[in-house]
Amino acid sequence: MKRKKGKYLSFHLMLLIPTALLVVYCYVPMAGIIIAFQNYKPALGFTGSKFTGLENFRVLFTNPGFMQALKNTVVIAFWKIITGLIVPVTFSLLLNEIRRSSIKRTAQTIIYMPYFISWVLMAGIIVDILSPENGIVNRLLGLFGVEPVFFLGDNNWFKPVLVVTNVWKEFGWGTIIYMAALTGIDLNLYEAAAIDGAGRWKQTLHVTLPGIAPTIVLLTTLSLGNVLNAGFDQVYNLMSPITLESGDIIDTLIYRLGIKNAQFGIATAAGLFKSMISAFFIVTSYKLAYKFTGYRVF
Amino acid sequence: MYYKESMSRRVFLVFNYCFVVLVSAVCIYPILNTLAVSFSSREAVAAGRVNIWPVEFQLDAYKFVIEEPKFYTSFGIAVIRVILGLGVNMLMTVLAAYPLSKPRSRFPKRDVYMWIYVFTMLFSGGMIPVYLIVKATHLLDTIWALVMPGAVPVYNIILLQNYFKSLPDEIYDSARVDGAGEWRILYRIFLPLSKPVLATLVVFVTVAHWNSWFDGMLYMNRPEHYPLQTYLQTIVVKLDLNTINDISQVKNISSQNSKAAQIIIAMLPILCVYPFLQKYFTKGIIMGSVKG
Repeated sequence: MKRKKGKYLSFHLMLLIPTALLVVYCYVPMAGIIIAFQNYKPALGFTGSKFTGLENFRVLFTNPGFMQALKNTVVIAFWKIITGLIVPVTFSLLLNEIRRSSIKRTAQTIIYMPYFISWVLMAGIIVDILSPENGIVNRLLGLFGVEPVFFLGDNNWFKPVLVVTNVWKEFGWGTIIYMAALTGIDLNLYEAAAIDGAGRWKQTLHVTLPGIAPTIVLLTTLSLGNVLNAGFDQVYNLMSPITLESGDIIDTLIYRLGIKNAQFGIATAAGLFKSMISAFFIVTSYKLAYKFTGYRVF
Repeated sequence: MYYKESMSRRVFLVFNYCFVVLVSAVCIYPILNTLAVSFSSREAVAAGRVNIWPVEFQLDAYKFVIEEPKFYTSFGIAVIRVILGLGVNMLMTVLAAYPLSKPRSRFPKRDVYMWIYVFTMLFSGGMIPVYLIVKATHLLDTIWALVMPGAVPVYNIILLQNYFKSLPDEIYDSARVDGAGEWRILYRIFLPLSKPVLATLVVFVTVAHWNSWFDGMLYMNRPEHYPLQTYLQTIVVKLDLNTINDISQVKNISSQNSKAAQIIIAMLPILCVYPFLQKYFTKGIIMGSVKG
């Protein structure tokens, strides 16, 4: 019995520091959400600041800027989820048809690379290629007689630019995962389908797609947790005051309110609102993922 | 293969090749263009004559960037930050993953701990409360502000504990019978067996730390404490007018090619670990998701 206790002790010791750090930097801030219900003044602290109930939320929800940001967030995130499903699936199917492995590998290497480059650097590159003066995109458009477009300074263009550049950066990742799923499909199934007279198109439809369906369902349900994540890094680095109207999302709004304007209470309220909704979607998506594919995170 | 190549199939294959090559070219072009711009003269860049090959080759942009104190200082901070972050993150990951990989029969409190860890993935206090804690723990304007708030990477812990679980029980049992303690089993048996997963996590963490910029902006009040990506964020995205004026006095350099040079230098470490990333990444995902 004594020995057994000692055994658990070493487990508790191992977990001691990580858990303590988690408490300090994750759980204590969770307690900090009471700021959302206060007229928080840093000088007065949590205990000294006045409680104002739901006042911060009332201010937030009646603020047209917040409603606009909420709408932008959902729209941008929606399109990112949709393109994040369709583009990698399609591309991995096409890539899978290529038999020459050198081309296949080179293509994979190339499309996967932007995933590991930070949004800061990507934004620097995007600003250049979309420049209305000598950016490559406008030079190409110029060949067809199109007037230069100021993509990053136009509210009609800003959301599409966000979605497309996000595809550029992220689709390689999804493609690699689907490729891994594709190589897991039993080759005998193709043989059997071919014997039954199925052509390549039919084989894709009836063997390949069902074969990667669990992966598709899994990645899509898991991405539901991102409905309120429109991508702070990307938006913050590409947005300018001109595109605030079409590009401002909840995260950039929280940053502006909280850190720039020191309206801690309202910013925390916005953060809490986002956290609650996200938590709901994450739990739901994990439940769905488990139901459809038997996938468990832990 | 098991079918006859029809005409339509051959047409499809040709189009497919072209399409894949085209998409890859479009993806890599902006990066190659940036590389070419960084080596091209100011006039060639301004006239839009640079595509994927340097025009009027020069190295002045790189010389200028490397001699810029702000650049190399922030580069140094980023390197230190990666080293510290890597050390802390990996240590915490290993320490937490091992006990959490034990079944309830061997460690009754396992599930309680697991929930403590997983809950942080579902819900967070948000930017402002975390900022206030970092401030309260006196980390603002120190390098530890970039390390401590994310010291315990829960997702990586879950990956590693899933992998630990997949190791055969017999190894653990025989080590216990031989009288090895938990610490020794972890250090002498589990860690050496997990080298591929650990390598994956090392690469993940390195890339994540190298690429992160927002915490630098949030927690560092003074620009001289910025890590590289945060510094570049101020340069690359919002063109700093002062810098441009400084640059224009130097022959052959413009804001554009010096900016490109900085982007390329900041990308280099990622490109260096990229082969490893590719090798381990998918493997890491697959290994980590072994159901527990």
